[in-house]
Amino acid sequence: MTAATVTAHPVAERKTPRRRRKSRSYPIFRVLVLTTTVLLFIAPLMWMLVASFKTNVDIYDSSKTFFFTPTMDNYSNVLGRNNYFDFIFNSFWVALWSTVFSLILGVPAAYAMSRFSMDRSAMVVLMARIIPGVSLLVPWYFIFANMRLVGGFAVLILSHMFVALPLIVYIMMSFFDSLPTELEDAAQVDGLTPIGAFLRISLPLSVPGLATAGILSFIFSWNNFMFALVLAGANTKTLPVAIFNFVSYASIDWGGLMSASVVVTVPIMVIALFTQKYIVAGLTAGATKG
Amino acid sequence: MIGTVTTRPTVWKAYSVWANRHRKWLLAAPAMIFVGLLIAVPLAWTGYLSLTDSQGSVRAESRFVGIANYLQVFGDTERFWPAVLRTFTFTGGAVATEMVLGMGIALLLWRPFKGEKWVRVAILLPLVATPVAVGMMWRLIFDPNIGFANQFLSWFGIPAQPWLSGQTTALPTLIFVDVWQWTPMVVLILLAGLTALSEEPDEAARVDGANAWQRFRFVTLPLLRSTVIVAIVLRGIDALKTFDILYSTKGKGGGSFHEVETLNVYAFGLSFDYNDYGISSTVLILFFLLIIVIMWMVTHRRKGEES
Repeated sequence: MTAATVTAHPVAERKTPRRRRKSRSYPIFRVLVLTTTVLLFIAPLMWMLVASFKTNVDIYDSSKTFFFTPTMDNYSNVLGRNNYFDFIFNSFWVALWSTVFSLILGVPAAYAMSRFSMDRSAMVVLMARIIPGVSLLVPWYFIFANMRLVGGFAVLILSHMFVALPLIVYIMMSFFDSLPTELEDAAQVDGLTPIGAFLRISLPLSVPGLATAGILSFIFSWNNFMFALVLAGANTKTLPVAIFNFVSYASIDWGGLMSASVVVTVPIMVIALFTQKYIVAGLTAGATKG
Repeated sequence: MIGTVTTRPTVWKAYSVWANRHRKWLLAAPAMIFVGLLIAVPLAWTGYLSLTDSQGSVRAESRFVGIANYLQVFGDTERFWPAVLRTFTFTGGAVATEMVLGMGIALLLWRPFKGEKWVRVAILLPLVATPVAVGMMWRLIFDPNIGFANQFLSWFGIPAQPWLSGQTTALPTLIFVDVWQWTPMVVLILLAGLTALSEEPDEAARVDGANAWQRFRFVTLPLLRSTVIVAIVLRGIDALKTFDILYSTKGKGGGSFHEVETLNVYAFGLSFDYNDYGISSTVLILFFLLIIVIMWMVTHRRKGEES
């Protein structure tokens, strides 16, 4: 009883002077600025969504900016005529396998690099994040064209792994850094080998970290444009490339283009909404240590 | 029967002992070999190509020309040096704006409030949106004739702007697009740093009568320095390499006057629009060295200050 009042008291006391000193206009100011910020971030996306339900005639008519008759024609045109389901599958397939293979390669490496403080080795992997992709694309194109692999899924998956692997190693290293070693040590005392302790103790404990790394790697692969632009063939084209090809025609079909853009962004945003916690954890990994 | 039963476990055991003894490299090697093969070999090849006059087809013959490409690129005041300048303008402008705005928003979000969840969702959406789609979206909004941007300006009597199609306005407009998409990233990183701070130094300064600006400038900001540097480094690397929004809005060569042609766009165009592999490799090697030098300077300065 006394303990509870003692701990509760200073907290309550600390809040009183702060409230008194704070100007009364701050809460209103904060609400106004944050509302404007949210609007600025959301409005363009809403604009894209709205335009995707307009006919091209309505897009060109400034009197129909807000009031118009919604149409589904853009979606049925894009999804029906332009093999968009193939592109959706291609994007999904490449993102899935590049993520899976990167996890298989990256997680054990991140574990070793974290436990043995292999900072220099980690730098080698993280170099992949620093190097501009174009400087590797030319040789890759040379090599893979000679192996007659350009245009296949294997090359796309390999190139996207190049993006995913450093990301996964970076996120998982900071995850393993924060995972206490006591459990592994106890497991080894109980007769597990070090690798056994990694596989049976640390790995099951890192499911949140694996989810974080996996989701982010999937998103980055899904969004990747440059590698697929060069290495994809007609049958392996991913969604961002398909959208880009939309505008190489003489006049732009804005309604179709916007509905295609909605098709590529909505799946990733739905994933992001449901896995917000993991995405934030992954993007801010390593931000709070020196 | 007995033989297999006894030998298998021994072989397995010997392997297990060996594997566990060398687990450090056994676990790390596959990833490192993969990255090494995909980086070291191509980079060496790019280095070699930069010394040849390779162009046209992948299988075409090429001659060794020494440092001729480098001399040509260094003397190129028409495409190369303007591209270098644009790369710095774009990166500097975008990252500086993102840091200032990101810090402001992060400070506003710092103390919990009702509806915080919705603000966090809202700032996450631009961040995960596909850059090519983002480019197309802004292309419509900034269209000089049918875009909402000019319609919005007309409500206030401001004349229509050329935005992406203007020779001088295209790069600032694209900096704005980059700021729109990536400020949330800075907010998230800084917010993670702020949340990890203890409240005591701030409280102490408050008791001593420091105002909000003084507390931020002399208490919060110094404590947050390593997080700020992480944010600048991460954003800096990505901004230098920006490609998707530039290429999807302005196409080949960064527009008809090369008005948004950064080093990355220039090198990509040389490689895959003009198949001029020798010169493009030269530009890429120089671009790569530039990034390494900048990163070395940022991290080196940090180490020097800490000791």
